[in-house]
Amino acid sequence: MAEKQMYLFGVNHKTTPVEIREKIAFTEGYEEALARLRSEVNCHEFYLLSTCNRVEILVYADVDVDIETEIAKFLFFGKIDLANCSDYLYVFKGLDAVKHLFTVAASLDSMVVGEAQILGQLKEGYRYASRFGSTGALLNRVLHKSFSVAKRIRTETGIGASAVSISYAAVQLARKIFGGLEKKKVMLIGAGEMAELAAEHLVGQGVAEVVVANRTLSRAVTLAKRFKGSAVSMEEVYQQLEQVDIIISSTGAQGIVIHADNVRAVMRSRRNRPLFFIDIAVPRDLDPDLNELDNVYLYDIDDLSQVVELNKSERDREAVKAERIVSEETLKFNNWYQGLSVTPAIMGLRGKVEAIVEQELKKTLPRLSSLSDDEKCSVEKMAAAIGAKLLHDPLIYLKSEACHGRNKSQEKVDIIRSVFDLKDGGDG
Amino acid sequence: MNEMIDITFGLALVLTLLSTGVYCVFFASQKENLRIVGRVILALSGVVQTIHIGCRFYEAGNMPLTSLHETIAFAAWAATWAFLLFRWRHSVKNLGTFLSFFVLILLVVAALLPSEVVPHSPTMMTFWLPLHAGTSLVAYGFLGMAFLGGVMYLLQERELKRKKFGYFFSRLPSLETLDVLNNHCLAVGFVFLTLGIAAGALWARVVNGGSWQWDWSLLIWFFYLVQVHQRFTVGWRGRRAAAMSIIGFGLAVLTLLGVTYLAGGVHGNG
Repeated sequence: MAEKQMYLFGVNHKTTPVEIREKIAFTEGYEEALARLRSEVNCHEFYLLSTCNRVEILVYADVDVDIETEIAKFLFFGKIDLANCSDYLYVFKGLDAVKHLFTVAASLDSMVVGEAQILGQLKEGYRYASRFGSTGALLNRVLHKSFSVAKRIRTETGIGASAVSISYAAVQLARKIFGGLEKKKVMLIGAGEMAELAAEHLVGQGVAEVVVANRTLSRAVTLAKRFKGSAVSMEEVYQQLEQVDIIISSTGAQGIVIHADNVRAVMRSRRNRPLFFIDIAVPRDLDPDLNELDNVYLYDIDDLSQVVELNKSERDREAVKAERIVSEETLKFNNWYQGLSVTPAIMGLRGKVEAIVEQELKKTLPRLSSLSDDEKCSVEKMAAAIGAKLLHDPLIYLKSEACHGRNKSQEKVDIIRSVFDLKDGGDG
Repeated sequence: MNEMIDITFGLALVLTLLSTGVYCVFFASQKENLRIVGRVILALSGVVQTIHIGCRFYEAGNMPLTSLHETIAFAAWAATWAFLLFRWRHSVKNLGTFLSFFVLILLVVAALLPSEVVPHSPTMMTFWLPLHAGTSLVAYGFLGMAFLGGVMYLLQERELKRKKFGYFFSRLPSLETLDVLNNHCLAVGFVFLTLGIAAGALWARVVNGGSWQWDWSLLIWFFYLVQVHQRFTVGWRGRRAAAMSIIGFGLAVLTLLGVTYLAGGVHGNG
């Protein structure tokens, strides 16, 4: 029986500059890439993840196939000189592959560590792969496991909460200005994705109300509905400033949307309650002079990234915890995987013994016509017990050293198979 | 009795020093249990200070507010208890560090001054003097906390406005918390200040027998009156309120010094 192994091939933002990454990205979509993978690479199961920061290919293939060359061709052929590709491509085998997959899923390998997007991308890739029928028992298991590992890390560590992200920085600053956010109102100006993320984060921290102002009102209404808030037109923005406390602006406007002079007037009617402006638009939406006003705080995207830097040390501590969970889960997966390799042999052995017992009983029982039903039952029980007792030691032998590495247990499986003359049952 | 006075004062000084030390270590390390230790020691110091003042009261037979030493020690007592009472209702991150330091400075200054018990001249001995001085100093305790809150506010606000996050950013509370602190201390402090000045005016009337005269402390009262008024009508808050609290307290301390030094014991009209 040919030995099989799991491999993980990848190219990511750490190993490969963006000029190369954009060449090998699968812009044509998952279906086509998976179809090519099936025809060009000789493997049993495969899975593909492609994002703007990484391409990861998980395959389950025979060890005697030169899978590395095939994958390199698949990824780089016609795009980059194959001689250079080893600089970019990394390979993990067996358990290391599992560990890397878990690390990626937990967002520990991301450019912005702790961001939650990667899990969604991983799941999307899995949807395509399973629809395409390219994942089998092993990859299904390892991918599902990676999702639950990511979830576990998100709940047990602060890696997600202290995600070194702009929206987290915004929340942190808001807390330094307002203390609790429970009675505060947020206004989004422009309905960009970043603004949405930041608002989501703020709502998660208990912000009381969300107001959305947008040039196209319909988009504002949709977004407002998501946060159970209200939508206003751009003309009402200054009026709203009297009510809200935190403003996140992300319009595509070329000029300034909110001027300092107008806000100065608003501060009077606000009785100087503080205002916190967050400008994540490029070019900027908000008048830089806003920061000069008393009780007004203005942060643009660059200022926020300074706070992001500040958070790094805290994140590093959480990452250590997360990595421990990854190792733990990798070990657990390994136990399952080892069990998987001996399971067919155990089944085969049991099946064989049961067949022999049944066969012999069939031969003998009809000749013992003097026995009562009860006595027949006892004989059947005895035969089954003999079979089970005989099986006991070989089964212990198979299971016992399951954790001593897959190769060892494969050896044992082979011994048992030849001693008991079992047929190859296939793996899984 | 004199021994008791010295012992309690020394003990209060040592306890406050200890508390300040623990608070400073807490400030640097942010270990939560240290804060509780610091607070307990400060509370003990507060108790010892109370005993100290009680002993002096017993010895002198009246409110121990005659010498500068006594006045400053009384101010330290007032600040300690203003904090402990405030802490009971609101939690202001790391205020304790600033406050214990503040109390320590007051006690050290008091320790450097002559501490003998001076009996009042009989003409000044009325019911109104201790009432006047006591309430005024309690007001100083609260206004002192407003001052500390103001200092913390300015430090924190500076980091937020300049977007340079240094040592204090993570260690100081939110601006709103400090503003609430300012608000409460100002309100309570102002009430006591008003009572103190009213009592002072009555005392002056009794002692001098004459009509009420202009007094330096009235300037402070007006200063705080404007501040309170602006706060509750126009919504003066934030940096301006913090700066006002610092200036106001500075003026108040100058007056306190003036009370005992410059004018020979009684405010400007001694």
